[in-house]
Amino acid sequence: MIPAAFDYTVAESADHAIQLLGEYGDEAKLLAGGHSLIPMMKYRLATPTQLIDVGRLDDLSYIRRDNGHIAIGAMTKHAQLETSDVLAADCPMLQHVAALVGDPSVRHRGTLGGTLAHSDPASDLPAAVLALGGTIVAKGPNGQREIASSEFFTGYFESVLAEDEMIVEVKVPAGTAGWNYQKFNRRAQDWAIVGVAVADGGAGISLVNMGSTPIRATAAEEALAGGASIADAAALAAQDTDPPEDLNADGEYRAHLARVLTQRALEAANG
Amino acid sequence: MTATIGSRMLRKEDPKLLTGEGKYIDDIHAPGELWMGMVRSTMGHATIASIDTSEAEQMPGVHSVWTGASLTEAGLCAAPLPCAWPVTEDMVNPAHLPVAVSEAKHVGDIVAVVLADSRYGAADAAEKVIVDYEPLPAVGSLEAAVADEVMAHSDLGSNKAFHWPLIPDPEGTEKAFAEAAHTVSAKFVQQRLIPAPMEPRGCMAIPSPAGGEVTFYSATQVPHILKVMIAATTGIAESKIRVIAPAVGGGFGGKLNVDADAILSCSLANHLGLPVRWTESRTEAAGSSHQGRGQIQHIEAAADADGKITSVKVHLDADMGAYMMLITPGVPLLGSFLYTGVYDIPNLSFTCDGWFTNMTPTDAYRGAGRPEASYAIERIMDMMALEVGITPEEIRARNYIAGGEKFENYDAASTLVFDSGHYRPAHDRALEMAKVADLRAEQARRRDAGEAKQLGIGMCTYVEICGLAPSRALGGLNYGAGGWEHATVRLLPTGKVEVVSGSTPHGQGHETAWSQIIADKMGVDPNDVEVLHSDTAKSPLGLDTYGSRSLAVGGVAIAMAADKVIEKAKLIAAHQFEAAPEDVEFESGSFSVAGTPAKSVHIQELGFAAFAAHDLPDGMEPNLQEQVSFDPPNFAFPFGTHVAVVEIDTGTGGVELIDYVAVDDCGTQVNPLIVEGQVHGGIVQGAAQALFEVANYDEDGNITNPSFMDYLVPSAAEMPSIQLDSTVTPSTSNPLGVKGVGEAGTIGSAAAVINAICDGLSPYGVTDMEMPATPQRVWQAINNSNGGAA
Ligand SMILES: Cc1cc2nc3c(=O)[nH]c(=O)nc-3n(C[C@H](O)[C@H](O)[C@H](O)COP(=O)(O)OP(=O)(O)OC[C@H]3O[C@@H](n4cnc5c(N)ncnc54)[C@H](O)[C@@H]3O)c2cc1C
Repeated sequence: MIPAAFDYTVAESADHAIQLLGEYGDEAKLLAGGHSLIPMMKYRLATPTQLIDVGRLDDLSYIRRDNGHIAIGAMTKHAQLETSDVLAADCPMLQHVAALVGDPSVRHRGTLGGTLAHSDPASDLPAAVLALGGTIVAKGPNGQREIASSEFFTGYFESVLAEDEMIVEVKVPAGTAGWNYQKFNRRAQDWAIVGVAVADGGAGISLVNMGSTPIRATAAEEALAGGASIADAAALAAQDTDPPEDLNADGEYRAHLARVLTQRALEAANG
Repeated sequence: MTATIGSRMLRKEDPKLLTGEGKYIDDIHAPGELWMGMVRSTMGHATIASIDTSEAEQMPGVHSVWTGASLTEAGLCAAPLPCAWPVTEDMVNPAHLPVAVSEAKHVGDIVAVVLADSRYGAADAAEKVIVDYEPLPAVGSLEAAVADEVMAHSDLGSNKAFHWPLIPDPEGTEKAFAEAAHTVSAKFVQQRLIPAPMEPRGCMAIPSPAGGEVTFYSATQVPHILKVMIAATTGIAESKIRVIAPAVGGGFGGKLNVDADAILSCSLANHLGLPVRWTESRTEAAGSSHQGRGQIQHIEAAADADGKITSVKVHLDADMGAYMMLITPGVPLLGSFLYTGVYDIPNLSFTCDGWFTNMTPTDAYRGAGRPEASYAIERIMDMMALEVGITPEEIRARNYIAGGEKFENYDAASTLVFDSGHYRPAHDRALEMAKVADLRAEQARRRDAGEAKQLGIGMCTYVEICGLAPSRALGGLNYGAGGWEHATVRLLPTGKVEVVSGSTPHGQGHETAWSQIIADKMGVDPNDVEVLHSDTAKSPLGLDTYGSRSLAVGGVAIAMAADKVIEKAKLIAAHQFEAAPEDVEFESGSFSVAGTPAKSVHIQELGFAAFAAHDLPDGMEPNLQEQVSFDPPNFAFPFGTHVAVVEIDTGTGGVELIDYVAVDDCGTQVNPLIVEGQVHGGIVQGAAQALFEVANYDEDGNITNPSFMDYLVPSAAEMPSIQLDSTVTPSTSNPLGVKGVGEAGTIGSAAAVINAICDGLSPYGVTDMEMPATPQRVWQAINNSNGGAA
């Protein structure tokens, strides 16, 4: 519970942060809200010797309408998503999911960019962005690129982000059509044992903690698109998943939860 | 007078604690202090082949690195940590050195100690100590210990530490079972729990190199016991040790031990002439702070055709962990007397085997033995009700001591005498408050409709043993100390009252409660009362706080000392009035002569007279200061009825506690606000055992959930708004009629919650549920059942 020694620099801009990342290489880590990184450092599971604080870059903290999309700055905190009028009107699912992350103090520190970059399959917002078909905007020494959320996550705590790249923005399509999020956990502040996000009446269904990344329940989505009943589609929710096993749940129970929660989410989204 | 016994006075402690003025151990520093960083075994059981400290010694800020061998050489690791409760003559008690020398016996066992000039520096250097372990087979569960094939201690031929029986009437018990119309039996697992006070453990020893004294600050529940034990273990003269417990952020039993840190910091500080301190991290606490529970209970009950219980038989296997700590072996025995609960059961048979494992030692945790006992009897009552075909309410009603009517001095089958009880009113009130009749109707409706969310209603009618303890009774149980408590009351020259308390608060509110007792007795404003405690220089005599004893023993001592002060003051008043003492009356703080109320003197005015001593009765000693050591003639037996209501999501297995009612009887209440606070916290702690908490170990003895991410302490969000009421049946064990309430909530709630879950799942054929009732366990139970819809 006591981190190893490290140096700390406050980045003046995204470009400055990217430049520092280039200089320090794999010794360095960006520090956003710190609510994933600092706990890992306290357990000495992460021992970066350089922390580059991007959490103070206020110009990366915004939520605005942008041509049928909503553009969200990477340093926007969960609490800002939770209380956003723009999201309330145009993307209520993201607002709702943000309000279910951890507890109020977590939501006042954790950022959207941080949770996506951290790529924890148990996290809520990455799955929501995936169900919505969102896009991640990353900036590196050679400029900016847009990455589809379906291409972004590659494994446990791994994404396609390069070592010297930083997430600067997240875009989600505006939309209020049938949505729902089912988060099943034991204490209010906990991560989901399993979660299911449904967007656009079921065109997008994603699963939390059912594999090494947030994943789409493709079989269920396709069955629904092909006219299957909600119950029949939900029965396919765990197909092709490889759920983790831990003290809360074994694989069989997680698969069961995925089916039950998908059914509930689809019923609520279409109710 | 604003507050006396019985008023809801706001706690005097709170303004200071709530505004950050409380000084905890981490707020106290001494120049030149060194931080201990513990190198702890990462193996459940291993030979320590070698330890390389060279790299650690070179780290910046490191003063020195100590191993078991170097400490032994310096004479600093000679005596083992104490166990004060050898429960049998032949109990096996392997030496528990503060630092392991040749063999590590559990993950978290200390193998080396770093001293550095900062906490972070100590942690960094501790990482650089290289220990070469040769793994030995480990005992990673109580079941494995009982199988007795792998040895937790390589040099012992068995894991069994002791066998302890309590069978007052063996023939009667056998006969009851032979003649029974109904019998039920069950095996219950009391999982290991981690005490998780808000403030972790910490300490600091400050030596005075010239004088040879050591001042020891510790986040402890037991400064007085620590003082004696530090002296006995380190060889530092008792008269040279001063122990101070500053503000202490909770303990729940976890801070009543004599841990290695106390002995190491005092020995090293004394040896080096430098202050030595330590604060544990949470992960460190999970593997090294003693744990609670850790029992497997085998219980059988016999009943006649009407469900009247005739006998209870219990065999307990109790997990000692790797070593005997201060009262490790005694904890299961504290429960032994309660396996007949609130019922008039003529026969009891109880045996307990203590077993060593390669896990963190166990010891007292809120309730210590009594929550386990209460759980077993209250679960088996529900099982018997099913067997006989009557409701849980009815089987209890048929079995209450004295038929549920008021009684005093009941001879229980366990040989204890229950001071007083009146069980039916709490039972009726709790069922009424919970609206059980309405709930049953709603439960039936949901069952008929096949709804996903089903209701479960559970009750628990508990009794517990408080006011530890009559010293003779402790002697009979071979405990190594007494159970009295000491108090001093001084009326100061200016009329203020100073109270010295031997029992030491760590969050309970002693300052408030003791002020109320004094206000009530002496007729002074509670704000005129100052309570000194938690420092052996100010309060040299005491036995501290655990076992719901503070009020029932320590508070009573305060009241008795106040009586003695009043008695002496009365002689001074009589002298001033030139009246006979028999003619002087005392009311609301004032003395007056019977029949001439105009002439009166307030007791506070006599403080100066006693101090100046210009005109005292002939032969009277100056000053108004009286002391009492109160040794209670009997324990006190609080009781109550709890009702838990759960909603079970049959789709996910999730259980939500949606309502909780508790009607407790702790005798006379000094401050109902404090009582309610204790009951609230206690209920949550028991519900936490039922639903959330377990210290998980793998077969090699590794704790697999040593953080608050995986060790699930519930928050307010997981709890319903608890409904409380109380009845008052004064204790006959002390003049205040008080019983104790620190552990009651915990003793009642785990059984109530599990009874509720089993009730909710009865249509699925579920009759038992292991704790904690995780969603996966609940789902599996539904899934495995014949009627399963999952
Ligand atoms: C008690 C607690 C409970 C929690 N409960 C939940 C929960 O229920 N659900 C949930 O989803 N989450 C939960 N979290 C996690 C929380 O949401 C985290 O804050 C979030 O996942 C990470 O965001 P952050 O801004 O704190 O990132 P940080 O911790 O600062 O960083 C995380 C990682 O991302 C990298 N990083 C950060 N920003 C960027 C960027 N812009 N570009 C590239 N890399 C970047 C960092 O270098 C680091 O590796 C909880 C956390 C805590 C402490």
